[in-house]
Formats: sequence, C-alpha cells, structure tokens
Amino acid sequence: MAKRIEVKDLDIYYDKFLAVQGVSMTIQPRSVTALIGPSGCGKSTFLRTLNRMHELVPGARVDGKVFMDDQDLYANGVDPVKVRSQIGMVFQRPNPFPTMSIYDNVAAGLKLNSKRLKRSELDDIVERSLRAANLWEEVKDRLPKPGSGLSGGQQQRLCIARAIAVQPDVLLMDEPCSALDPISTQAIEDLMLELKERYTIVIVTHNMQQAARVSDVTGFFNLRGVGQPGELVEIDETTKIFSTPSKKATEDYISGRFG
Amino acid sequence: MALSTERPSPRRVPQRPGDRIFSGFSTGAGVLILVALAGVAAFLLVEAWPSLTAPAEDISGGEGLVLYVWPLLFGTLISAVFALVIAAPLAVAIALFITYYAPRRLAQALGYLIDLLAAVPSIIYGLWGFQQLAPLTVDPTTWLSENLGFLPFFAGPPSATGRTMFVAIIVLAVMILPIITAVVREAFRQTPRLHEEASLALGATRWEMIRMAVLPFGRSSIVGASMLGLGRALGETMAVAIVLSVSGGVTFNLIGSGNPSTIAANIALQFPESTGLQVNTLIASGLVLFAITLVVNMAARAVINRRKEFSGAN
Ligand SMILES: Nc1ncnc2c1ncn2[C@@H]1O[C@H](COP(=O)(O)OP(=O)(O)O)[C@@H](O)[C@H]1O
Ligand SMILES: [Mg+2]
Repeated sequence: MAKRIEVKDLDIYYDKFLAVQGVSMTIQPRSVTALIGPSGCGKSTFLRTLNRMHELVPGARVDGKVFMDDQDLYANGVDPVKVRSQIGMVFQRPNPFPTMSIYDNVAAGLKLNSKRLKRSELDDIVERSLRAANLWEEVKDRLPKPGSGLSGGQQQRLCIARAIAVQPDVLLMDEPCSALDPISTQAIEDLMLELKERYTIVIVTHNMQQAARVSDVTGFFNLRGVGQPGELVEIDETTKIFSTPSKKATEDYISGRFG
Repeated sequence: MALSTERPSPRRVPQRPGDRIFSGFSTGAGVLILVALAGVAAFLLVEAWPSLTAPAEDISGGEGLVLYVWPLLFGTLISAVFALVIAAPLAVAIALFITYYAPRRLAQALGYLIDLLAAVPSIIYGLWGFQQLAPLTVDPTTWLSENLGFLPFFAGPPSATGRTMFVAIIVLAVMILPIITAVVREAFRQTPRLHEEASLALGATRWEMIRMAVLPFGRSSIVGASMLGLGRALGETMAVAIVLSVSGGVTFNLIGSGNPSTIAANIALQFPESTGLQVNTLIASGLVLFAITLVVNMAARAVINRRKEFSGAN
C-alpha cells in the first residue's frame, strides 16, 4: 500500500563527484509528486536513490537518510533487492523484456525470489495489472506475443503493468513520456491520475505542462552554479509553484526565463 | 469517375555510384562464397565417386565404404559432442564471471587471457595433451573405471598410456573453450543496460537479472558460439592425431586403449601413404565430414530462427 517517503539531507555522489547536495523533502502517499528542472541537475540521480538503483553505478554512494514510512532504506542490513521490489520504477525509454511474451513481461516480477504462484493466480494478477495500466483491451488477444511488437506507448504501459504487478508501495517514473507521442502521453497521464489512488507516485519530467496537469506537489531542482552540485530549490503545492513560487530561480525557470 | 487502367509505373529512384559499387561488391562476395562452396562439394563428390562404386573388398579394411567410414564418423561425433558438452557450459560460466562478477581489473586480465588462448595453434594443444595430460590421466581413469565402471563411458579397462578418447575430448574442450567464451562474452557485454535495469528495478538479484535479461538476450550467440566450437572440434586434425592412440572401432568406452579415430585425424595420418582407391576412400570420408558440418550449421540456424520474434532484434 502507498507509503510516505521522507528524505533527510541527502548528498549523492558518483565516486568523488558530488552530483546532488542537501536534498530534504517529504513525499506524501496517494499523490503525484513531480520533479522538474533543467537537464543535468540530478533529477534522475535523485530518483534512483529512492529505490537504491543509484548504487549500481560503480563507485556511486549517498550520504543522508531516506525513510519509507518508518523504515530507514539505507540502514545497515537493509537489502537493496528488497527495497527495489517494494518501489517500482518506470524508465525513460520503454524497456519490456524483448525475449518475453506480453504475459511473461507482466509476470516477470512475480516469479522473482523463488515465489511460486499457481497459474490461475498468475493469470488473475496479469489481467488485473494490465487492466490497471489501461492496456488489457488492447493486448488480451495476444498475450503470448512478444512485448516488443507493441507501439511505444503500449510498451510503456506494459512496463507500468509490470511494475505494479508486484504491488509496490511507491512508483517512480523517470520521464516516462519523453519518448512518446502526444496521444500515448495523454494515456499515461490519465493512468497516473488513476494510479495515485493507490500508490505514491514520483515522476521526473522535463515538461512543465505535464507537471502542472498531473501532479499535486512539484519540486524544482537546479544547479547551484556552473560546476556545482544540483540542489532542490523548492518544493510546494503544484498550483503554488506555478503561480507564486517563493524563489526567483523557480519563477525564472517556469516562465522560460532561465540561465 | 473513370478508373485508369494503367498501372502506376514504379518510381525511378536515382542511383548513386557509391551504392551501386557497394551493392555490386557485396553481391559478388555472396556469389563467390556460394561458388566456392559448390566447388568444394563438387570436388569431394567427383574424387569420392570411385570409392562409392567400388566393390566392398577393394576398400581399405575390406568391408566396404560404410563400415570403413562409420567408426571414424562415430569417433568424430563422440569426441566433438563431448568436448562441446564440457566446453559450452564452462564458457558461459566464465563469460558471466568476467562480465558480471569479477572485479574490473581481474575481468580485463581474464578477457585478455581468453583472447590469447583463442589464438594458440591447435598443434600446441595436441602436444600438451600428449606429453602432459595423457600420463596425468592414467590414475584418475583407473579410479573412474573402478568406481563409475557401470557407466559405459568408463567401462575400462583403462589405457596404460592415457592416449585415450577421454584425453582427446579434454584437449578438444580446452581448445574450443576460448573461442566460445570470447564470442559469448562479447554478446553478454552488449546486453542493453536498459534490460538489466528493468529486471533489477523489479527486485531481481544479480543472478535473477542474468536469467531474465542476459541469458535470453545472449541465447542465439550462445548457440552460434557453440556451433563454431563444435565445427572446430569436428574438423580438428592435428591435436587428435597426436593425442589419440587408434586401434579400435565403435565404442562408448572413453578410457580404454582401443579408440576409434576421427575423420580429420584419419585423413591426415593416412593420406601420405595412400594411393588410388585409398585416396578416393579418404575423400569420401571427407565428404561425410563436410555434410555433417553443413547439417550442424543449418541446425544451429534453425534453433536461432525458431524464436526470432523474441530475439530482441526488433
Ligand atoms: N553514471 C554516471 N556516472 C557519473 N556521473 C553521472 C552518471 N549519471 C549522471 N551523472 C552526472 O550526474 C549529474 C546529474 O545527472 P542526471 O541525474 O542524469 O540529471 P537529470 O536527470 O536532471 O538530467 C550530471 O552532471 C551527470 O553528468
Ligand atoms: Mg534524467
């Protein structure tokens, strides 16, 4: 079920390079939180620390705390594999497994950690997840076909179905629409509004209209300066950020005057 | 509105000289390969023909062509297939270790070593097998025949020199291991980061990621590399000729002293002293080897194509 995320004074490193500095924020459950900002300011990097994907890069590490409800995600003894199974992720480019059928793609996460499910249970979950991702009607007749045969937008919804099939507590999305056409983008945005009833959603987007359309809260990231780490400039209700932001940098960015 | 009965004429696309030269060049290369293949097949057929039609008692061994070639074919297949059975899983394991488990320094060194081993001429492996490995296997094979003698492969009695099919198989396996490893490793290295991350983000362990994203993606390369290795093992001449002490016919006993030879090794050993029909007979056995290699390659292609739409190439 949807959980709250609390980040406390997080510094994020690639080896010796400090990419993001001093981020603190609270992400509310059953809401969409959008992260915006110029490219290279560390939005993806920050997002990937929330499910401990960041540390997969050799030398990458963090300093600070991330809590999911009361669980300290970076405490000693916490298994990053377990964290990732509780926090789903959708990537910029749709990445269904090309060697698997549509069905197996959705079921992929359910077969991990030697979980054994009956075929009928699996069928149920696959259908439920595909319905939740608004994809069921389009693919129900071709579940054994490869997922790579779908359109880009369908593939991205397949990836969302795959992510929610394991019933995560949080769903992270890194520019999920940036490779999609407007119609597919619309479909995914509608989907986000439905999914936030049940999940905590964090979305990185370079599209400010999108942030305004789908999110409840918006955080603005920016580089502190040339050659300096990225930082969270401010985070507030989306309506407030887009009407009366409290920082000048935010106002410049959302009004297109920037740099 | 009247329908035009004229067919629209296909639109002429202006041709660029570069395109035309390249297209001509690649077509020519393709045709050349086919011509060479047909030429080899025709040569083998023509030269083998006298032995195909000769009376049985005139063939070396005096029992006809089929009984002459069959033990050789058997020896070829059993040595090559067992060598592949040993080498292929090992190669995949090594490639996985290098790509996903070894620290970067070690991985680099290992990768370099593998490439180096792939370039060692086969006669070196043959000498090593004959000089070093064969004597070393005498004790272990004795143990095998005493304890696992119920398996036909280890029936014994064990050879006293160690120049057995067992050693030939190990030498072949070691010989084809580097090339299979090198090809498979290259394929693993090209597993899209995107798919690795997809599985990791679902909560896959590293091994689960390998099973989900890496192995299926590398599957056709594994098959291809294995066939490359099998082809080498089938055709390997010098290493087998040096290692194997030949005297027997068809047997599954890998550790005895009576071993069948292989087609390639037999040709190399017999050719210098052969004349007339004997030469034709050797060439007929070569024709069989040629056919086997073609079949193996086509089978590999079929395996790769069977699940083409799932290959990730689209
Ligand atoms: N794998 C990596 N190794 C080293 N540095 C990286 C890596 N990925 C991103 N960075 C650096 O971290 C900074 C933030 O990048 P990123 O998080 O991708 O920004 P955004 O998503 O906001 O465009 C950039 O300076 C980028 O060069
Ligand atoms: Mg990014």
